Amino acid sequence: MAHLLSELTVFILAVFVGFEVISKVPTLLHTPLMSGTNAIHGIVLVGALLVAGVAHGPLEHVLAIAAVTLATVNVVGGFLVTDRMLEMFKKKPQS
Amino acid sequence: MSETIAAAPWITLTYLVTGICFILGLKWLSSPSQARQGNQIAAVGMVLALLATVFSGAIHTLGDIAVGVVVGAVLGAVGARRVKMTAMPQMVAIFNGAGGGAAALVSMMDFLQAERGGVILTPDVSVTVVLSTVIGSVSFAGSIIAFSKLQEIMSGRPVGFPGMRIFSVLVLLFIATMAVLIVGFGGGDPALYALVAGALALGLLIVLPIGGADMPVVISLLNSFTGLAAAFTGFVLGNDVLIISGALVGASGTLLTQLMSKAMNRSLLNVLFAGVGAGGGQAAAGTAGGSVRPTTVEDVATMLAYAGQVIVVPGYGLAVAQAQHNVRELADALEKRGVAVKYAIHPVAGRMPGHMNVLLAEANVPYTQLYEMEQINPEFPRTDVVLVIGANDVVNPAARTVRDSPIYGMPILDVDKAKAIVVLKRSMRSGFAGVENPVFYDPKCSMLFGDAKESVVKLVSAVAKV
Repeated sequence: MAHLLSELTVFILAVFVGFEVISKVPTLLHTPLMSGTNAIHGIVLVGALLVAGVAHGPLEHVLAIAAVTLATVNVVGGFLVTDRMLEMFKKKPQS
Repeated sequence: MSETIAAAPWITLTYLVTGICFILGLKWLSSPSQARQGNQIAAVGMVLALLATVFSGAIHTLGDIAVGVVVGAVLGAVGARRVKMTAMPQMVAIFNGAGGGAAALVSMMDFLQAERGGVILTPDVSVTVVLSTVIGSVSFAGSIIAFSKLQEIMSGRPVGFPGMRIFSVLVLLFIATMAVLIVGFGGGDPALYALVAGALALGLLIVLPIGGADMPVVISLLNSFTGLAAAFTGFVLGNDVLIISGALVGASGTLLTQLMSKAMNRSLLNVLFAGVGAGGGQAAAGTAGGSVRPTTVEDVATMLAYAGQVIVVPGYGLAVAQAQHNVRELADALEKRGVAVKYAIHPVAGRMPGHMNVLLAEANVPYTQLYEMEQINPEFPRTDVVLVIGANDVVNPAARTVRDSPIYGMPILDVDKAKAIVVLKRSMRSGFAGVENPVFYDPKCSMLFGDAKESVVKLVSAVAKV
């Protein structure tokens, strides 16, 4: 229970940091922000690696591959697509 | 069950660095010039956390991981490279659904692995297993529906059946019952599978009755759901980096969702439980009276060429016609003649907040010419010509004056205060909200009918001849 409480503390503080940092983003960048935060929750891949690394039996292997695949799509796709969008925000037009 | 106890200090410290990278990344996203680095530092943080996990010693077999990472990386990279900028909302939806599904699967696996190892989960762990499984599954199923609606695989109209509300409540009760079984009475894997089935059904039931135009709000909400699911997965595994990152995303998603519904003048509850497109639309579309004034390309070109300041109001119609590059050519031609050109971006222009900025940036429009609503509204009275391209509801003055209008109270761009208005429009059809727009009948307003792209292309050559 003590462990749960310390985790809850971290969770709640992170929520406040999230609100605080994000509330300053201009509308201009809201779409990349949505896509960027979307990539960040791909961190669930860490969890997928941990459970996949100790998987046993056919069911667990199937679930493990599915979890790692989905989380990797989230991470790789999320960061790349955000980068593609932000690459286009330039101060001066090209050519 | 994964090994969660006594992680080596260097792993905990690496996770801390990852958390800092994510926070810095989000912070840098607040300025256009640093945003790209922000995303990159977040990606660096992600890679650090993944490497630390792989080398932590908690991973015994790499086979499943190798397969999943290779397949996932190829799918993600190809999707991200190929997607058109206009299709960005559904791309975010699908990536989000993937994350939600992964969070649910991870918690399920932890539960199954504990069961296999004969470990009885304490209620504080099983509660978080239930939460992340349910939220992740809802996000997964909901995102797939959102994707299908935006990609027009299924109709964007709200879908429902008689007794849907009651059915949803029953599904909710079923989920609650399974949750109590799992947490309080040692319900095993059958209860868990039933819980997942219920949560997937709930995801469908939440998103199906919502119209396509409200999907961005839904995606944003589901984005924050997936964040929460990831955080609860962190509780399950006792992993701080999941908790921190999930909480950050949960907070940002909630904030964005509020901003979006506010810009559309709808409360979030209203978006979720009563679609504007559901049926009230047609009734409001009466005739406002008066007649519209059609105009010609040559007339508009002359007006523009001799104007001091022109403001362009781009709407989703412009993006659909893929006319953003032509609009920039027109703006360049006008600027060469000494006309000041600005773009007025309504918060919900495009399909989600900031979407129009991305589309214009893709056409190399410098972001210094893009103005938000609050900045540009005082400019309209001293503007000679406003060019409204494929936008409708966001320039409708009825939002200020007509109390019983469905869009009453929505903040709008005050184009009716400019000296002249030119509206590029395909036909006299009303906008998404199905509301008549009095600005079209304004004596100062003229209508240039036709495909937005063709009209703009003709304008570019006509301006050159003036």
